[in-house]
Amino acid sequence: METVTTHRASGPPAAPSDEPILEVQFDDLEQQHEASSVGMWVFLATEVMFFGGLIAAYAVYRAISPSEVALASQHLNVGLGCLNTVILLGSSLSMALAVRAAQLQSRRNLLWFLAITAALGACFLGVKAVEYYQEYREHLIPGWNFQIPAQVAAKSSSLPLDPRRFEMFFVLYFFMTGLHAFHLIVGIALVSVMALLTWRRWFSGSGETQIEVTGLYWHFVDVVWVFLYPLLYLIDVQS
Amino acid sequence: MSAMAVEFKEDYLQAYRLKSWLLTTDHKRIGLLYMATITFFFFVGGAAATIMRLELMTPKGDVLPSPDAYNRLFTMHGVVMIFFFLIPSIPAVLGNFLIPLMIGARDLAFPILNLLSWYVLMIGGSIAIGILIFGGVDTGWTFYTPFSTMFSNTMVVPAATAVFIAGFSSILTGLNFIVTVHTMRAPGMTWFRLPLFVWALYATSLIQVLGTPVLAIAVALVAVERLLHVGIFDPALGGDPILFQHLFWFYSHPAVYIMLLPSMGVVAEIVPCFSRRPIFGYKLIAFSSVAIAVLGFLVWGHHMFVSGQSMYAGMIFSFLSFMVAIPSAIKVFNWTATMYKGSVRLDTPMLYALGFIGLFTMGGLTGLMLASVAIDVHVHDTYFVVAHFHYIMVGGAVMGYLGGIHFWWPKMSGRMYSELLGKLSALTVFIGFNLTFFPQFVLGYLGMPRRYYEYPAEFQVLNVMSTAGASILAVGYVLPLAYLLFSLRRPPDAGPNPWRASGLEWQTDSPPPVHNFEEIPIVTRGPYQYSPEGAEAIDGNGDDASR
Ligand SMILES: [Cu+2]
Repeated sequence: METVTTHRASGPPAAPSDEPILEVQFDDLEQQHEASSVGMWVFLATEVMFFGGLIAAYAVYRAISPSEVALASQHLNVGLGCLNTVILLGSSLSMALAVRAAQLQSRRNLLWFLAITAALGACFLGVKAVEYYQEYREHLIPGWNFQIPAQVAAKSSSLPLDPRRFEMFFVLYFFMTGLHAFHLIVGIALVSVMALLTWRRWFSGSGETQIEVTGLYWHFVDVVWVFLYPLLYLIDVQS
Repeated sequence: MSAMAVEFKEDYLQAYRLKSWLLTTDHKRIGLLYMATITFFFFVGGAAATIMRLELMTPKGDVLPSPDAYNRLFTMHGVVMIFFFLIPSIPAVLGNFLIPLMIGARDLAFPILNLLSWYVLMIGGSIAIGILIFGGVDTGWTFYTPFSTMFSNTMVVPAATAVFIAGFSSILTGLNFIVTVHTMRAPGMTWFRLPLFVWALYATSLIQVLGTPVLAIAVALVAVERLLHVGIFDPALGGDPILFQHLFWFYSHPAVYIMLLPSMGVVAEIVPCFSRRPIFGYKLIAFSSVAIAVLGFLVWGHHMFVSGQSMYAGMIFSFLSFMVAIPSAIKVFNWTATMYKGSVRLDTPMLYALGFIGLFTMGGLTGLMLASVAIDVHVHDTYFVVAHFHYIMVGGAVMGYLGGIHFWWPKMSGRMYSELLGKLSALTVFIGFNLTFFPQFVLGYLGMPRRYYEYPAEFQVLNVMSTAGASILAVGYVLPLAYLLFSLRRPPDAGPNPWRASGLEWQTDSPPPVHNFEEIPIVTRGPYQYSPEGAEAIDGNGDDASR
């Protein structure tokens, strides 16, 4: 992101991993750090509205067709969804520890925690891929192979169910989780770049600002999932 | 915070190679890149408007081959003018150029991101031009569903992509401005010493950052429904078309303030300077910008009075729309009060600013008519609406943009332009604009619907007047392009402060050096230190800008 400043050596070539480079537009490192941090918070505000629009669409359809949405939600794999929630929360913990390690200038720990964070992110994507594959097998992907499951079709002859709304749940499900997965891929890439920069000692300074800002992004992606999981998976777990 | 010594003495325009422009991270150069880009798009959109006005000279369709061509033309006019001219206009050109200068910074907080946002706009814009060449879109700039997703057989998905991408340029610009204003102000530059232009752009940036992503989601869902034929907005597939309108207008009403608030900021700079008076009601104007940004997010339903939303929703949206008039009127009254007992000089920027105040008032008052549910039901989708929003977006936003360009041109280029031609252009634009759009109020009130290729013969007189006005307006727009470019042939002669204005940007050279200031200034006073008697900027230590 905009905060990766390592390769723009503008001052005299200072000894690396010494002091962070001060970009020419800033007065001091404190101001530079504050700008990066405020920048990421504003970016996250944008992201909130991005997912907010989708969640608004979800809320409308859940309000006008609650039974279809509840029925469709039961076709998701709650167990894997739960596992993924645990994985992502764990990754947030290790990200927080990575930020702490960067502040303490403990390079070894920082590398480990970044690696764990990225690995847990990749695990999440793996589990998500398994889920998507299951849904593919059950013909639940709209626009590709969607078929109303037999037991739902049977029910809809007795109950006033709208099969189109049943399908729409899956449109929203794939769009929302897909967008989340895209954000996670970006997050994994960012964390990997941070790990690489730390490993090769390419940061001037300890990369504290960069790691912290990456952490903010990572926690945001995690929080989005914390909203998506109950909204999509936990609508009607009882029956 | 010590001022960092900057080694560059030469001004920011010194390097001429193409590469030095395409890879620049200097906010002033990026502002000029945006200026060239949006000028191009302005004339593309203007060409579409010209053909439309020619078509509408006569009741029969004769200029264009088919009604279909007309649909594509007004759609491209809307898409290009809104997303590629008006939204980036003042923020990306004047905001980029001026915010660091006005707050006493060497650059924006994220210069590389700033350049990136220009490239993002270029990508979106190239797609838009591609669409124009390869057949166009016919949905109107509003992309209403289900027509856009299921029935239109034009390039809806590329158009949605172009808008989606251009949106990110807008978001990144807004983000950069917010961070810059928060973290990069010079020592002594408190919030209430900020020029009102900066306040206006700060409020604008909030809208860009919080509104644009919702539009992005709306057009992305349109593309998904269209490509995969899965139901989201199409009622035949179980979708809800009203949901699209909610998502679309949630951005697109506040977007009007992305276009308008910056113009209001420009006027708040020009009026005190050419009246030699401190601005009247500084804090009220500053807070009214923020109030407009906030209230602007709560009124989108006034576009949907006849779309089938509930009557009570309509009443609430109508009430809230009336509320927006309060901060807008506060601004108009304060600008007018600033001129009272001033020594007013009618130089070109001031003529544009006065034109803005008149036309914006007209557009705002007709906006109140449209915010009343009963009148809106009567004139919905007629030329009355077209006239109203052109008074706001062309009479308001473009007048403000041109006023700003004329005010800061000496700063940007170091050169003065012909004052006579400048005054002539301001007058031509004002007369041409009114002749173009005032008849459209009447046409709409008489019942002529918008977006039609042919019309009953009884409407012809007013349509001919409108077309005649448009040709005058065109002259008014080409004129500045000619004399401003011509002024570049002369050596820089403007001097640092030709208008004897009091903002920080006027304390550095024209054109400014690469990092804006030889030494970062220490600010000890508010931005509008004018007095009508001496007609000279005071250098004293009057501290409170709100007097
Ligand atoms: Cu509106």
